[in-house]
Amino acid sequence: MSGNRKNLLWLQSGGCGGCTLSLICAESPGFLTAFEAAGINILWHPALSLETGREASAIIDDILSGRILLDILCLEGSVMMGPNGSGRFHMMAGSGEPMKDIIARLATKARHVVGVGSCAAFGGITTTGDNAVKACGLGFDGELKGGLLGAGFADESGLPVVNIPGCPVHPDWVTQTLSQLSAGEMRPDDLDEFGRPHAISGTLVHHGCSRNEFYEYKASATRLCEIGCMMENLGCKGTQAAGDCNKRAWNGSGSCISGGYPCIACTEPGFEEPGHPFVQTPKIAGIPVGLPTDMPKAWFVALSSLSKAATPKRLRQNAVSDRVVVFPKRKKKGSHR
Amino acid sequence: MSRLVVGPFNRVEGDLEVRLEVDGDHVQSARVVSPLYRGFEGMLRGKDPRDALVISPRICGICSVSQSISAAEALAAAQGIKPLPNGQLVTNLVHATENVSDHLTHFYMFFMPDFTRDIYAGKPWHSAVASRFAAMKGTATQDMLPPRAEFMHIVGLLAGKWPHTMSLQPGGVTRVVAPHEVQHLRALLSSFRRYLERFVFGGPLEAFAEIDSLAALANWASRKAGDLSTFLQISRDLGLETLGHAGDRFLSFGGYAHENGHLFTRGLSLGDVPQKLNTGLISEDISNAWMQGAGPARHPFDGETLPDGDMESGYTWCKAPRLEGLPAEVGALARQVVARHPLALEMVANGGNVEARIVARFLEIALLVPQMERWLSKIRPDDAFITHADMPDHAEGAGLVEAARGALGHWLKVENGKIANYQIIAPTTWNFSPRDASGQPGPLEQALVAAPVQKGETDPVSVQHIVRSFDPCMVCTVH
Ligand code: SF4
Ligand code: SF4
Repeated sequence: MSGNRKNLLWLQSGGCGGCTLSLICAESPGFLTAFEAAGINILWHPALSLETGREASAIIDDILSGRILLDILCLEGSVMMGPNGSGRFHMMAGSGEPMKDIIARLATKARHVVGVGSCAAFGGITTTGDNAVKACGLGFDGELKGGLLGAGFADESGLPVVNIPGCPVHPDWVTQTLSQLSAGEMRPDDLDEFGRPHAISGTLVHHGCSRNEFYEYKASATRLCEIGCMMENLGCKGTQAAGDCNKRAWNGSGSCISGGYPCIACTEPGFEEPGHPFVQTPKIAGIPVGLPTDMPKAWFVALSSLSKAATPKRLRQNAVSDRVVVFPKRKKKGSHR
Repeated sequence: MSRLVVGPFNRVEGDLEVRLEVDGDHVQSARVVSPLYRGFEGMLRGKDPRDALVISPRICGICSVSQSISAAEALAAAQGIKPLPNGQLVTNLVHATENVSDHLTHFYMFFMPDFTRDIYAGKPWHSAVASRFAAMKGTATQDMLPPRAEFMHIVGLLAGKWPHTMSLQPGGVTRVVAPHEVQHLRALLSSFRRYLERFVFGGPLEAFAEIDSLAALANWASRKAGDLSTFLQISRDLGLETLGHAGDRFLSFGGYAHENGHLFTRGLSLGDVPQKLNTGLISEDISNAWMQGAGPARHPFDGETLPDGDMESGYTWCKAPRLEGLPAEVGALARQVVARHPLALEMVANGGNVEARIVARFLEIALLVPQMERWLSKIRPDDAFITHADMPDHAEGAGLVEAARGALGHWLKVENGKIANYQIIAPTTWNFSPRDASGQPGPLEQALVAAPVQKGETDPVSVQHIVRSFDPCMVCTVH
């Protein structure tokens, strides 16, 4: 380790590489600048580093033998446990060894272990269906503590695996979490029950959504491309999903909702198996099954019938249109009531 | 004869191992290993067909939009619909943004850093190249990342985010584009064009796109402006135009659909000679893949993906796609040869090669950015952007598109309203396929034969240039 620089190793296993690609889109500042400012030195990254083949293996060997100190180990992608616990669904190229074993050994050397993206955190999309490949996260298997490193895992500072959720992650979530770790300022209290920083999971996707007014009046979109709230019919899970997606823009100005499609709660364990088609809200007796996490059902029913009855025409019509067709009316100056 | 195992072979998307038999100073034969299996085809079975638009993009973070569009086309074919014109235009804009940005990522982050290696320290160009193209630290990456990120605002605006949007649907897109947004997109494009012309091409995009001969290309390089001419000079010094020949059977599914076909045509070319393409004659051979199953290679509509956990016979998780029983090279070069761009045709006259694969990507950037400006002006903001249709209980459909790295196909069968079979062949599945039943190597395996190996090299640099010239995407390859 040179001076105060913190060494970071990034590995990829059962994922799509999309978390790295999201990271590359970081702006104000870019990710290289953010890492530099945080004193993070990238020892090796599979998509970014010059070193290949033997040069890359040598870096990993040096960490394992203690010649290089590893401050932060990041994994992107799920851990591949199958078939039959052998890990052969991902043998690390050039090593003849299951990737899961290499990750487990490196985790014992790292001062902090980070799961980047919902795959590495919980298993994610790779576990879809019957999880035939037996993928899991570093510290979780879906909602269950455990995963590759076991339920009791803690690093030397007492932190569990720090999970940056999302499929993909927002670039800022990565740069900010890693900077906080690098500065030695991440405490166990900063994390929620799933090891996610409260900085990410303390906000719901619903917060700041441009469709909030439609939500309040239960003025709902019925088909994709309509601008009403997507909770009642189109499967939107924004009220239950971690993330400041509608307060922190993606790629300049975007979010799933602003793109016209529902939140699928990709920051939550188990998002890949919602138990219903992603873009269709399951209902019992006409009432959506997945209600806001902390709202009693009776309230919701009462509130929503009340607000539906009171829905202004503007919202009722706009909700089922692909653009605003009825504009808000302004009061003229000087007119009172 | 000696053996070399090169891996982890990085600066490719995903994990890759290359096994070489070396005879003195050159590669005698190569085997390409895709070491990761996730099993998307199995995950999709039994799902609501619409779920393919959530699950399949997550095959790949670098060509996620291409996966979405393939899935959307397969669903549309099964439903018997086509996207509305506005929907198609927005789809093309989002797709072109991903593809152009992938070409840049490949050149600056994956391909060029190899020329900064110490093995080239004696070259007159080395020190300038080392400071410009050093991995992560070079000025070129620092110049490229901000305009690339800003260019991606096009996807942010039109499709919510990148990667993994759900805005691209069978009947169009989930978001309308207002007139003021068209203007904003135009401004983003002109900002990006300014970067490209100044740093990358060193001249107007249209002028580069019009280059129609190797002589004119050499002329462009001799002006010594832009990173592309730096590459061309290195390439001529190292002879990259003679490296990495792969059989010259070029396949393209056609890029960027419009009402009567594609901007870049669909087809097959043997060298520069066009051939008839029958996509019904595509099959996947599993003789050397760690897959269970027997019998002849199958068309993807009837394909199976049953991993063999014992990994008994074979050497990779990748199946071997073949067209009429023969391998095919896919990618930007194949696309431009099939589209009969005069420069692409001349570049393959003596066989496809490393340099040609790189130049073809720049041809596409130079063709696509002005095309994006034209697509923008065709959007009719007052009209609808999507049409909806129900999925029949029983149907099938294929979605054949061109990802940055080449031909991508999704083949879908729906039974009782659920996905009964879903098969995917990705570009790198074609390029990095293993040997088939008759022992024919895949394109990369062919391209590596005769690659020079210098004394003492364990990860031969020529092999690195050849492998990365394909811009492989390993997460797609096996999926
Ligand atoms: S979490 Fe999503 S984006 Fe990240 S690697 Fe996994 S599949 Fe890709
Ligand atoms: S669309 Fe989703 S996130 Fe937006 S207001 Fe409705 S429920 Fe909340």
